[in-house]
Amino acid sequence: MSGTILLIAITYAQLALAAATCLASLRALHGPRAQDRVLGLDTLYVCAMLLLLVTGMRTNHVYFFEGALVIAVLGFVATVSLAKFLMRGEVIE
Amino acid sequence: MSDHLNALPLWAAILIAALLVLGSSLTLIGTLGLVQLKSFFDRLHAPTLGTSWGTAATVLASMLMFSLLGGRTVIHELLIGVFVMITTPATLMLLGRAALHRDRAKEFPASEGGPKEDDHRERLPRDEV
Repeated sequence: MSGTILLIAITYAQLALAAATCLASLRALHGPRAQDRVLGLDTLYVCAMLLLLVTGMRTNHVYFFEGALVIAVLGFVATVSLAKFLMRGEVIE
Repeated sequence: MSDHLNALPLWAAILIAALLVLGSSLTLIGTLGLVQLKSFFDRLHAPTLGTSWGTAATVLASMLMFSLLGGRTVIHELLIGVFVMITTPATLMLLGRAALHRDRAKEFPASEGGPKEDDHRERLPRDEV
């Protein structure tokens, strides 16, 4: 009984997060300006991270958590450096 | 494959399922706003729905599930939650300032290209007019 409830909820969460990833990549693909693309990429990172967490809950593996942690850190660094590039035209001054 | 899911008690299953549905629905609504809203500064606010309660609910569900399965308190998912909640305002504020700077550079194209000191000196009288 509890397995059925959890399986339905996890499947719904995976589908919703996959749809969210598709929408974020849509904004990243044809955002009108560069800052829209960076924002879409940042959202894409967060959605992929949540998708990995939920997949880890489904399969009961601990490795998905580590992958999600790496995605979170890399997403932060990527967005900050892209925002700096948009503001100054160079990343390291 | 779902043997470990059946080992959970019913109240925990209902709680985890509610948290999962809440978190993923909020993330989906946030990205819908990212696609639908008109201006960039409106769109800047939309994905924070996913990074605040979307992440928090999913992380809470994961913590609850692995704590009950392992029979001990598992809190390493807190690392992701705290990290995302701390870094999202900083990155989005940087991005918003970069967009403002780009909008101003588009509005005054003569101030683009030169070194920063000349740029500043050139733009001051223009801004006063």
